[in-house]
Amino acid sequence: MSGGHDELPVAARVRRLEERLIAAGLATDAELDEILEQVFTFASPVNGARMVARAWKDPGYRDRLLADGNAAATELGFGAGARGYLLKVVENTTGVHNMIVCTLCSCYPTALLGPSPGWYKSFAYRSRAVREPRAVLAEFGLELPDSTEIQVWDANSESRYLVLPLPPEGAGDTDEADLAAQVTRNGLIGTAVR
Amino acid sequence: MTRFAAGSRVRALAPDPAGHTRLPRYVRGHVGEVIEVRAVWPLPDETVRGIVRAEPVYAVRFPAAALWGSGSHSVIIDMWESYLEEAS
Repeated sequence: MSGGHDELPVAARVRRLEERLIAAGLATDAELDEILEQVFTFASPVNGARMVARAWKDPGYRDRLLADGNAAATELGFGAGARGYLLKVVENTTGVHNMIVCTLCSCYPTALLGPSPGWYKSFAYRSRAVREPRAVLAEFGLELPDSTEIQVWDANSESRYLVLPLPPEGAGDTDEADLAAQVTRNGLIGTAVR
Repeated sequence: MTRFAAGSRVRALAPDPAGHTRLPRYVRGHVGEVIEVRAVWPLPDETVRGIVRAEPVYAVRFPAAALWGSGSHSVIIDMWESYLEEAS
């Protein structure tokens, strides 16, 4: 067995691509290293969960989050990872449920949700989310009443989405850190209640 | 200057480009409603050919019934202005 992954075909392909980007003047080694360090060190659904819990506790933050997601991410110290795209936060209500997909590839705000799960990148999820979201959600164990309107957000451009789930009962009396612990990555994608 | 505004009824064009595009097949030819002017961003179809031309991008809501002939949900997707025409 190989001791490292340098010999893997995919690693060699990635390196060749990096070399072409650098040769073309589109990136430097330092920039690529910084991006990877950001992802591996900071990207986590814990970040998105903290934003959600703050929004549940602080109506002012909720308003800022919905109005300007990038500024609201920066306010909690997540600005560095959340640059380069427009962050749109979509709020679930009792009548409207939101879910996110990238039908063309697998875009989502990695810094705030962590590396995307395999199913998010699958052809099945990407094609079915826009076609039959209610059936897809049911397979995730999320059965929504027929009266709930479903909005599917396709991240095909420079917009990245994060779902603001409905708060649990008694959120007002619950500590913000405890609330954040109840928010899952699937909740931030919209494939779970929270 | 933007060609459309929130509330505009728009139709996604139905080209069959040889190269890269962010206009997915499933919305081509269908009518939706602009819900928001998102931003002004370079058109990716041209960026990949080394031409940087920014234009308005709109968030457009397509009812499932328009896209698929059935369904009560809606799909919201960003459309570069070049992807759209006015729908009557």
